[in-house]
Amino acid sequence: MESGLIVRSIRILLIILTAALVGWIFYGRSSPRPVQAAGVKPGKDRHDAPDFALKDAAGKVVHLSDYKGKVVLLDFWATWCGPCRIEIPWFTEMQRKYKDEGFAVLGVSMDDEGWEVVKPFLSQAGVNYRVVIGNDETAQMYGGVDALPTTFLIDRDGKIAAVHIALTDKKDFEDGVEQLLEEANKVADNRVR
Amino acid sequence: MASNSCWKRLTKWLIIACVSWAVLAQATAHLSVGAISKVAGKRNAAIEARIPVAIQPGFHVNSNTPSDDYLIPLKLKWTAPGALEAGQIAYPKPSQEKYDFAEKPLSVFTGNFDLVAHFKVAPTAPAGPGVATGKLTYQACNSTTCFPPKTIDINVPYTVQ
Repeated sequence: MESGLIVRSIRILLIILTAALVGWIFYGRSSPRPVQAAGVKPGKDRHDAPDFALKDAAGKVVHLSDYKGKVVLLDFWATWCGPCRIEIPWFTEMQRKYKDEGFAVLGVSMDDEGWEVVKPFLSQAGVNYRVVIGNDETAQMYGGVDALPTTFLIDRDGKIAAVHIALTDKKDFEDGVEQLLEEANKVADNRVR
Repeated sequence: MASNSCWKRLTKWLIIACVSWAVLAQATAHLSVGAISKVAGKRNAAIEARIPVAIQPGFHVNSNTPSDDYLIPLKLKWTAPGALEAGQIAYPKPSQEKYDFAEKPLSVFTGNFDLVAHFKVAPTAPAGPGVATGKLTYQACNSTTCFPPKTIDINVPYTVQ
């Protein structure tokens, strides 16, 4: 009698799990995700950006926490990703335009071949910001990052303020970065007063 | 006795859940491969296997001859052809599609198509069944997003007559 109850419970659990898997597969995993709007979250809704330690082209270990106090555009990309290649010149331009205001772009390449393919690309594209080679562990920390490009805007407190999955309008990035830089300036002004 | 029956039922449901997951995962991947019909031939005979491929609507994969060097091609390679000698692989004619993220049209595969693998039965092949195994590599995108390259196993069942 008791074992029958256990079997029924497990059966219901399996049905729920299967339904959840179906939902995850159809809507969470494989569906083309819509391009997200700029949507910088209010401060209270932001969560800490996970820290990582990855090597740059010079072999130096880069921690995300090294950038605390700056607004960071964290771009997950790959050389084989066409939409990523469209955004990279924008980020190069933004790095030039905003770097003196406390802004930095940090690229995370998800190329399996690593520097062998990434270095020539960076040189050819004239990338002026730091790039590190990512791995599955880093991707998992940021929610999987299966779709590229995926770009996070991180505020000066090291919190994720916006996420853009897929090719996004240049203006959305610029608006987001300017909003975060402005926020930081307002906080500084209030402190002075 | 009751416990034994309980485990049998539990195992049955676990198998159903696992199979459902596997089938759904395959059905909703960006690229899926359908059932491959068994091929048969005598020693030294030329035979061909059709490998049905389906690309998820709204997505494309780079063709076997992509438009740019940086794009990862769709490629089928035989890793263990068994008693068959691997020959040419016939890919379909790619379509030229224009996407916002590329200046010029890209050479891609979309929808459903067959890959045709040509083999020759080895002169010393033992009579009987076998399986030729290979790897299919592809990289899928839609108009705004790309997904990491994937490699899936391809198994062609055959019989040497």
